[in-house]
Amino acid sequence: MAFLKRSPWILHYDASSCNGCDIEVLACLTPLYDVERFGIINTGNPKHADILMITGGINELNRAVVRNLYEQMPEPKVVVAIGACAATGGIFRECYNITGGIDKVIPVDVYVPGCAARPEQIIDGVVTALGILEEKRTKMRGNAQTKEEARHAAGEST
Amino acid sequence: MNGLIGAVLFLILAPVAGGLIAGIDRKITARMQGRVGPPLLQPFYDVGKLFEKENVVVTTAQNFYVLAYLIFIALSGALFFAGGDLLLIVFAFTLAHVFLVLGAYAVHSPYSHIGAERELIQLMAYEPMVILAAVGLYMVTNSFYVADMVATTVPVILYLPGVFLGFVTILTIKLRKSPFDISTSHHAHQEIVKGITTEFSGSTLGQVEIAHWYENVFLLGFLYLFFSWNPVIGIIAVAITYAAEIFVDNVTARARWQAALKSGWLAAGVLGLVNLAILSYMMTGGV
Ligand code: SF4
Repeated sequence: MAFLKRSPWILHYDASSCNGCDIEVLACLTPLYDVERFGIINTGNPKHADILMITGGINELNRAVVRNLYEQMPEPKVVVAIGACAATGGIFRECYNITGGIDKVIPVDVYVPGCAARPEQIIDGVVTALGILEEKRTKMRGNAQTKEEARHAAGEST
Repeated sequence: MNGLIGAVLFLILAPVAGGLIAGIDRKITARMQGRVGPPLLQPFYDVGKLFEKENVVVTTAQNFYVLAYLIFIALSGALFFAGGDLLLIVFAFTLAHVFLVLGAYAVHSPYSHIGAERELIQLMAYEPMVILAAVGLYMVTNSFYVADMVATTVPVILYLPGVFLGFVTILTIKLRKSPFDISTSHHAHQEIVKGITTEFSGSTLGQVEIAHWYENVFLLGFLYLFFSWNPVIGIIAVAITYAAEIFVDNVTARARWQAALKSGWLAAGVLGLVNLAILSYMMTGGV
């Protein structure tokens, strides 16, 4: 059974965005877009989250934070980079403190373009992420099975 | 024999009923906010998902405590639906929450610790009123056994209106609803990360969720005792009370823990005690 697709919980982190994209992310939760229709919930806790939504680029101060948040999320998990800044550093790209997009620090699965990204695009990005999430879950299951079998084989040979 | 059937039925059906109630709750909440809301079965999807996820364990002790929490909640509910001794049930129920608090203290996360502290404060806030409710039910029905309370032909609510109102007040704390959702709260309301459940993830969080379903069904059963002389009125009254709780959840903002403590004790001290005092005066032949 694939419950994961029906209940993706989101962690939203503002790296160094101008707040434009953040407002659009929060707009998804309003009655107009109401992402809870799809079981999507905005949690504040990386340990409960399935999807990490990041806006803004990486700078020297948030590098460790982004990495830490990503590592605290239980598998399977996906990362959605929202806006031009999260993809490449965007308009702040040339700043002395900006390293670039989110993929400089952690693997990104979906890039949502735009400055700012529109709520419709963000929802579309999340739906794409759900497919990848499901793939990762199947793979994780497969890996666990392989490991279990290997352990079994080793147990029998000794 | 009847008792055993009641207990078994509770253990099997309560998670289903509890999940459905949670689903209806979320749907009504969404409608009150002008949203469409999640599907009715969303709580089941959520818990199913949690069991699919990787279980990140900080210390293995936490899993043990959460399991004990689930077992004791289920046990107190089963005893209740078996018609057992209400005082024993209340104590088993309290013990269950102590396990949850211990589970949150087992890890070294400040968020989890704050949540645990607040859960203890909640425990202090609602416990007096729960015990007074048990005492009140005893005074009217002359028995601490739930089986006798259900069989009573006396309209208990007419004797215990104050106790009932006090119980409804602390029910808000117990259902983890605003303004008293201070230790952890439902879905979209965030506070101190996630309070007492911050460090639980995957199947452990799923167990906490299932325990909460058991707990809600048990509490609604407790509420029913006030109306047990007439099942139809009873069920309607319980439904109306729950709807009122959802309404309060949506129109109030989260209060501070001091307010939760004061409200719980005021409910017990004023509504509960005064009601019981008048009742005992009437019973000793005053009227
Ligand atoms: S992409 Fe545009 S709107 Fe979004 S954070 Fe960057 S500058 Fe702001």
